[in-house]
Amino acid sequence: MLKYLIPLILFIVMAVFLAIGLNLKPNEIPSPLLNKPSPAFAAPKLQAPNEKLATADLKGQVWLFNVWASWCVSCREEHPVLNEFAKQKAVTIIGLNYKDDPAAAKTWLDTLGNPYNVSIMDQDGRIGLDWGVYGVPETFVMDKKGIVRYKHTGPVMPDDVQNVFLPLIAQLQAEAP
Amino acid sequence: MKPGILMLLLLLSPFAADAIDSRQFANPEQQEAYETLTSELRCLVCQNQTIADSNAELAADLRRQVQEMLEQGKSREEIVRFMTDRYGDFVLYKPPFKLKTGLLWLGPIVFLLLGLVAVFFVIRQRQPRSQRDFGIHTLPGDKKRDADVENTQTEKLAKIRRLLDEGDAS
Repeated sequence: MLKYLIPLILFIVMAVFLAIGLNLKPNEIPSPLLNKPSPAFAAPKLQAPNEKLATADLKGQVWLFNVWASWCVSCREEHPVLNEFAKQKAVTIIGLNYKDDPAAAKTWLDTLGNPYNVSIMDQDGRIGLDWGVYGVPETFVMDKKGIVRYKHTGPVMPDDVQNVFLPLIAQLQAEAP
Repeated sequence: MKPGILMLLLLLSPFAADAIDSRQFANPEQQEAYETLTSELRCLVCQNQTIADSNAELAADLRRQVQEMLEQGKSREEIVRFMTDRYGDFVLYKPPFKLKTGLLWLGPIVFLLLGLVAVFFVIRQRQPRSQRDFGIHTLPGDKKRDADVENTQTEKLAKIRRLLDEGDAS
């Protein structure tokens, strides 16, 4: 009896581990920025390069930081979702135009719509590096104190907006500044 | 191509796979620090390559960052902390020993011990039954059993002698 049981148990254990392995997402690396003050930046605006936007300007409001680029394929998938999200005016959405050509980025916003309150430029990827960006698109949520409260890697989908972003934003908006 | 030459080329190929864009430092210590650091930091886009090996844009950015920090006179520790503050421990090819990574470090030892235990039981099972009957399973003080064992042994010895004698006779 035991002779047959042991291989069976071994098989089941291996199958369980392999099944877990298949469902892991090694691309989603937990961000060490969570629950820490967001990295500071002061960067030129995409649509007004003479003006700068700094993290200090966003103190006191809940804001979303979405890393995007016109060369990024998943961003195209994400874009209509962000447009819908922006219509709800639940939160300030700041875009980080990451390692992109400003002209191509502007064309992108003109043709596909602009969900961002402001997009800032990061042509050499230094701001991205400070935020631990490794795969575009990425989306961060900051509370009124400027603490990073959530990070989403990959395109934001309608389900994520409904089930994750909107409830979290409602909770953060209710917090004292 | 002669197999010998082919073999030699294959053996030498790792030396040809040099860093993708090697940088020059005025100071040989910095050069060395740059080379060790870039071969210990993971490229997060192509997760099984170091930033020295990878041609991804992110890897190039991280290399530039390492170079700049070295030129500013930052220490190894400062550079590693800069990277882990932003990308987490995952950026290190050799993860630090922590509570969270305990299984990672101790797992192989646990499996080795499990293997040794398994080997012990398998070897024990493989021993001939008779040997086990005589040796391991005989409890001291079990007189009847001791006597039985002795009887069987004497019987067997007698049989062997008889057979040998018969062999000689023929």
